[in-house]
Amino acid sequence: MSAYIIPILFLIVLLASFIRRREPYGGFIGGARQAVDLTINVFPYLLAIMVAVEAFRVSGASAYLANALEPALKSVGLPKEVAELMFLRPVSGAGSLAILDGIYTNYGADSYIGRCASVIYGSSETVFYISTIYFSQSHVRRLRYAIPVALVATYTGCIVGCFLLRFF
Amino acid sequence: MAFIWLIMLVSSLGLMLFTNPAAAVNSMIDGAHGAVELSLNLLALYAFWLGFFALIERLGLSRGLERLLRPVISRLFPSCDTETRKYITMNVSANLLGLGNAATPMAITAINRMDNGSAKASTDMIMLTVISATSLQILPTTVIGMRATAGSINPADFLFPSLVATVLSTLIGIIGVKLCSKIFDRPRKNKEVELSESAPLGNITPSRTPRHRHAQKSEKPSKSLRRSKKRSAQGESR
Repeated sequence: MSAYIIPILFLIVLLASFIRRREPYGGFIGGARQAVDLTINVFPYLLAIMVAVEAFRVSGASAYLANALEPALKSVGLPKEVAELMFLRPVSGAGSLAILDGIYTNYGADSYIGRCASVIYGSSETVFYISTIYFSQSHVRRLRYAIPVALVATYTGCIVGCFLLRFF
Repeated sequence: MAFIWLIMLVSSLGLMLFTNPAAAVNSMIDGAHGAVELSLNLLALYAFWLGFFALIERLGLSRGLERLLRPVISRLFPSCDTETRKYITMNVSANLLGLGNAATPMAITAINRMDNGSAKASTDMIMLTVISATSLQILPTTVIGMRATAGSINPADFLFPSLVATVLSTLIGIIGVKLCSKIFDRPRKNKEVELSESAPLGNITPSRTPRHRHAQKSEKPSKSLRRSKKRSAQGESR
């Protein structure tokens, strides 16, 4: 079922832009051009975090962390391999992207671990980064319950999403 | 973020000094190579999806979405003026389409418009932050692309659980904010006092001297929050 969603969406958008004379080709080129700037902006962060992540994994520190968190993750039905991802996801977009890439390489994108990581990454956001940026130009310095509420909500969503993965 | 990065590097380098010092340099260089490879993959993915989203924007789909969202927004943000609500609606609809970069400036504008000089976030500001931070995203484009790159048979097969997770997290977030605002928001008598006391722009740590009861009460729980804010401010936000 879900294999049809994206191709159909593409077809609708392409046909609609053609019929309404919105120049689909030129629009696509314009959008794709923005990707260059975006990638260049992200690159230094990605490099810095991937150097640390790789060292973290090779040194065995990552395995210690995963083993330490295993009982907690197991009690909510998550594999221990996603520990690092859940830990880094609210803090850094580039960092969690690096971990997601590592999970796909090591365990495969279609394994339960890979699919679980997909749900975690796809359904959550960089909570700390967003709350810093949003208030960066205002007088507000105390966010009160914003971050705890967002974190609890995100993790609950992830747990339920990974549980549902077993049936789809 | 800067702090976590430092901790990760220091702890793993320290550990490797005892276990396998030769692997230290190799692993870090490997990481740098991995970053180049990953960002090339990302360039392809971003270009593909941003091209597609440009078509959606040209069709005016985001404007239609805004019209749909308007009644919901006015219920969630009761104490905003119409102009601010417009920015919030644009923010939420951009987030829904996975255009996080387009969503951020709208949110900053909305927050600035709600800013009354107080150092404390209002319920509406918290609501906006929580809705964005729990990420109501219909199409997790980056993940789909990464799975396709990794050779998945059906890269979009996690969409339904992911959709449930994202909707559920946002719902819990909204309910959580509503509940917390009922519990923590007492009638504000000290509003005028706080206005005159607010920290000047650009000064991250507000004056620590609690001059009245109200500030004293909320001093404790906010300390750790402020620290974590500062930490992530040094990271990707630049």
